[in-house]
Amino acid sequence: MRVARVLAYGWFFRMKMLMRSSFNSWLGVLYPLFFATVAFFMFKAGADSKPLLYSSLGAAVMGVWSNTATPAGSALAQERWHGTLELEVAAPVNFALILLPLTIAMSTIGIYSMAATLLWGWAVFGIPLQITDPVAFVLAVPATVASIGALGFVLAVAFVRFRQAWALGNMLEYPVWLISGFLVPLSLFPGWVRPISWLLAPTWGIRAIRGAALAGPSYGDIGMALGVGAAYVVLGLLLVQRALHAARAKGTLSLT
Amino acid sequence: MRLSRSLAYARNVAVVEVEELARTYRTSTGILRRRTVEVEAVRGVSFEIAKGELFGLLGPNGAGKTTTIKMLITLLLPTAGTARVLGLDVARNAREVRKRIGYVFGGDRGLYERLSGLDNLRYFAELYGVEPRVQKLRIQELLQLVGLAGREREKVEGYSRGMRQRLHIARGLLHDPEVVFLDEPTIGVDPVGARELRATIAALTDAGKTVLLTTHYMFEADALCDRIAVIAQGRIVAQGTPQALKAGVGEGTVVEIEVYGIEDAVVERVRALDGVSNVGLEARDQKQVLVVQTLPGRELVHAILGHLHGSEVGRVSSREPTLEDAYVALVE
Ligand SMILES: Nc1ncnc2c1ncn2[C@@H]1O[C@H](COP(=O)(O)OP(=O)(O)OP(=O)(O)O)[C@@H](O)[C@H]1O
Ligand SMILES: [Mg+2]
Repeated sequence: MRVARVLAYGWFFRMKMLMRSSFNSWLGVLYPLFFATVAFFMFKAGADSKPLLYSSLGAAVMGVWSNTATPAGSALAQERWHGTLELEVAAPVNFALILLPLTIAMSTIGIYSMAATLLWGWAVFGIPLQITDPVAFVLAVPATVASIGALGFVLAVAFVRFRQAWALGNMLEYPVWLISGFLVPLSLFPGWVRPISWLLAPTWGIRAIRGAALAGPSYGDIGMALGVGAAYVVLGLLLVQRALHAARAKGTLSLT
Repeated sequence: MRLSRSLAYARNVAVVEVEELARTYRTSTGILRRRTVEVEAVRGVSFEIAKGELFGLLGPNGAGKTTTIKMLITLLLPTAGTARVLGLDVARNAREVRKRIGYVFGGDRGLYERLSGLDNLRYFAELYGVEPRVQKLRIQELLQLVGLAGREREKVEGYSRGMRQRLHIARGLLHDPEVVFLDEPTIGVDPVGARELRATIAALTDAGKTVLLTTHYMFEADALCDRIAVIAQGRIVAQGTPQALKAGVGEGTVVEIEVYGIEDAVVERVRALDGVSNVGLEARDQKQVLVVQTLPGRELVHAILGHLHGSEVGRVSSREPTLEDAYVALVE
């Protein structure tokens, strides 16, 4: 009960904070449009409308991930700088309950980016928004958002442990785009990449979303996205105490 | 063992017990040839704070005050020694300690700028598990206490330094902690605001809380603290009531002489005078003031002025030693 409250209020609090920052910044508005445009030109070659929607959806989920990986790193760098990280750690609540809503809120903001990408593609490039299985689609979107938030949570735990880890967040942004199959089908990659993709929740998320939009029910992939996401949460929970212990030992919770 | 400790705790009620506490920082510099630098920030400090006491930790920049506090509030692990708060070990029992203590630091960091003061307080109330039923009332009480009532819906971005500091204090008190750690709570606050904050701090011990305070303002420490420890280069160099520390400088008097561009050699000659215990040169406004601490019963003004002839001399006065004199004598 207590846990649910802290998570829910934390999410609400972070959403409020994020709405006042990224929505004010033009970048947050322009990025998705940029993704959608790139995706359109990559697939324009085919006249068929299905590949267009395929890539538009990829670009849309890319936006969710981009709204999580890099921002999670910079948010923690900022909290360190502002001294709020120390205050959060000094609170008696399990620190995971502070981090998880932060990254989930970030991926939630990504829904805006997703919607903007799809609408831009539809309005400017005429990419049709025909969804084969609307119910599965409506379930696939939050599942994907939650699982991407969970991946961000694991990254955030690393950011707590290593002061320079925000660079890792930046570094991971593009590889995850690629090996989750946001842009190009996974079948184009060499075989050894595939197991890595399977470990990434966004892979299942995008499969679930595309499946629901282009083919039909995709509950298996939705389940996988949620399952892998839950595994991230467990991993993060296991690592967070160690990360904090190390940060207390090294004195890396603040900048000074 | 456990029982005997809690009995002892109940009897002489030392709320904070610090024994030979030490902390070394290891930082590495350089990219290609990495060098590890060790800073011994705190080198074995011991002190106790009794229930309801207001204890001051004074010392120059870099003396290790903040490092000591961060160990006590469980944000840093000690490299040696132990510390207990309310009988709980700060390294092993962090969670239990956190529930019972409050932490406030000075300066304008530590707040969520884009949100309102109320948002800031509500969030921390959740993190500290303040019962939803009492949250609203508690926050209103605290806003009244720190004088922010009516401004709580404004964004923190627009708060003045003093308002931020008061918000900090309200945040630190949300869960009604038994022990409060205040690290330079009045830094950068205007005199009137600082006076109000000091009244708020004094009220904490009246309410039965135990307070550890650091400050660079000696009159503040003198006015507020029941006992003081002076820390320099990671070690405690003196400990006692403000009166005892002042007495430590001697029963003597302090002679202050305004001077203009005095030479070092002259200062040294005054220092060498028989009966002079300490000499300092301070810059105040446009002038310099030579501060000479003398041993009790010695009338040295004439002897000192004798050494100063040739240089321009302004007002001469003598007074009782202050805590600041005691402090300067200790850390120099
Ligand atoms: N995270 C850190 N990493 C490395 N060195 C540190 C760290 N924090 C503090 N130090 C060093 O430890 C020493 C003690 O610092 P501390 O902040 O405890 O001093 P302080 O007494 O609070 O000083 P001030 O009055 O300036 O606040 C200083 O030499 C400081 O440079
Ligand atoms: Mg300090």
